[in-house]
Amino acid sequence: MSTPTTTTAAPDVARSGVRRRPSPTAVAPWILVTPFLLLFLFTFVLPILMALGQSFTLVEREGLFGEEGVTSTFAWFENYRLALADGQFIASIGRMLLFGVVQVPIMITLATVLALLLESASARWPGFFRAAYFMPYGVPGVLATILWSFLYVPGLSPIVDTAHAWFGLEIDFLGAGTVLWSIANIVTWTYTGYNMLIIIAQLKAIPPELYEAARVDGAGPARLAFSIQLPLIRPALVLTTVFSIIGTLQLFAEPQLLAQVAPTIDSQYTPNLSAYTTAFAYNDYTVAAAQAVLIALVAFVLSFAFLRLTNRSSR
Amino acid sequence: MTPAASTAETAAAKAHEADVGPPPQGARAEQPRGTVVPGGRARAARTIIVTGVLTIVALYFLVPVYWVIVAASKTTDDLFGTHGFLFAENIALLSNLSQVLSYDGGVFLRWLGNSLLYAGVGSLIATYLAAAAGYALSKYAFRGRNLIFGLVLGGVLVPGTATALPLFLLFSQLGMVNTYWSVLIPSLVSPFGLFLCRIYADATVDTSLIEAARLDGVREIRIFHVLGLRIMTPALVTVFLFQLVGIWNNYFLPLVMLTDERLFPITLGLNHWRSQTDRLPEFYELTTGGVLLSIIPLALAMIVLQRFWRGGLTEGAVK
Repeated sequence: MSTPTTTTAAPDVARSGVRRRPSPTAVAPWILVTPFLLLFLFTFVLPILMALGQSFTLVEREGLFGEEGVTSTFAWFENYRLALADGQFIASIGRMLLFGVVQVPIMITLATVLALLLESASARWPGFFRAAYFMPYGVPGVLATILWSFLYVPGLSPIVDTAHAWFGLEIDFLGAGTVLWSIANIVTWTYTGYNMLIIIAQLKAIPPELYEAARVDGAGPARLAFSIQLPLIRPALVLTTVFSIIGTLQLFAEPQLLAQVAPTIDSQYTPNLSAYTTAFAYNDYTVAAAQAVLIALVAFVLSFAFLRLTNRSSR
Repeated sequence: MTPAASTAETAAAKAHEADVGPPPQGARAEQPRGTVVPGGRARAARTIIVTGVLTIVALYFLVPVYWVIVAASKTTDDLFGTHGFLFAENIALLSNLSQVLSYDGGVFLRWLGNSLLYAGVGSLIATYLAAAAGYALSKYAFRGRNLIFGLVLGGVLVPGTATALPLFLLFSQLGMVNTYWSVLIPSLVSPFGLFLCRIYADATVDTSLIEAARLDGVREIRIFHVLGLRIMTPALVTVFLFQLVGIWNNYFLPLVMLTDERLFPITLGLNHWRSQTDRLPEFYELTTGGVLLSIIPLALAMIVLQRFWRGGLTEGAVK
């Protein structure tokens, strides 16, 4: 393991018998990497190891508040069994899968179409539109949810009012069957522009000669999109989809805030909400840790499966 | 990727970029739009349809913001008594906003300041650390570098909320819960930033330049600061923006860590106000005004900065 520079300096040091001092090129990378690495170990690796440890631990409290001592024993998979036996937790994962299957394709398709339209020669004022679509990404999920919740609540919402006054429709954005899609709307509103921008970045990287060649061959805009642009922006589509899958499983702020106005959202509506409730409402950290591990695992498996799937079909 | 291979590839990438790299923004887009060709009528029709579709979609994205401007300019009575999309006769915007700023001894400004502190300081340091580590992983061969990169890459895929809960347990054992540090320290690490910096350094920082600097007697760390940071600037901007938005928008971590209202970032603070609207309707004015004031800075920043948002992440994937 030696870089070109160390080979020139090291031999004569060794020969002279002087205690070998590490060359600058051996020390420098560690000086550069160490601050990041320490923080990474402290805020990522250690907590994850702790969560894993907790998830295999059984904590027993003596006395009503544990005042007579706490004993921890190795619990094998007991916490996981408890987490998986919780029907509402499983239901929340199922709910997120349904959410993801519907919302992610809609959002990525919308982002792709917008990107293609904005990059086509036919769009006027592309700069303005790009900025308008991207703007919601700067609105925190919490504030986006507060905004949209005001647009959902009957009595305050001009949408509900207008639909009622003009068309006699009773729209209930917060009902048992609709609230999931009201959340999907908030997520779509927030992240479509962001995904669009990633796709646009890749569209811009397509060499102009390819467009020229296609035009010479008489390809129209549709042909151009399907034969050249879409295949070449594949990496961006895969990337945005994987990030969206991970994001879906993490859903927390939107349902937690909407729960105040939508009684159909319970305290275990999404996996993360479930883990949060288990930890802070029931003070059951070990089962919450098991839930957190399970959420991360599902995210891993889904991202991985999707990557494998797209890799296979590209060959 | 071995260092030798990466050097060769860098050179190839350079040569590649030199003749076919993406044209400067707008250059390509301008060219077809300006040209008038036969069949111009079909083209004009297409322009109208496409622009019409884009306008309708833009309405969808802008309507909530328009609504909050309207709502923030109404008194609580008008908020419920008048149509949500129309301004009331009595424009109470200024009195609402001054109420937002002065309520509870100006706690709103404190929240805004906290958000600026968490996001500004956090993303600056995170960018610097990710740049240093990414540069080192790209430009030096040392034992363990693949292990480090693999570990960090795994970190990219770990959901942020999965670490928040154990982080809370860790910090509570250290007595750090409910301090500025409990939100700031986790914000200093950006695995994704390191990933991006490494890829970018692989593709753009020329090893022969580093060699030349070494021959001139420039010390290693100084080479990174003078040469590396300068060449990597486009990637650094992307990393900085990502981290800035990530921290600014974060809700779960501060929710778990903080109980003291004075340490709240803006997201937590405004939700605190909104949760009181049930009992005290005057909090509607505070909440809508507060939302308006706090989305302005970052929404404006997004509009201005979106050109720098190169999405850089796909740059490595194109190859």
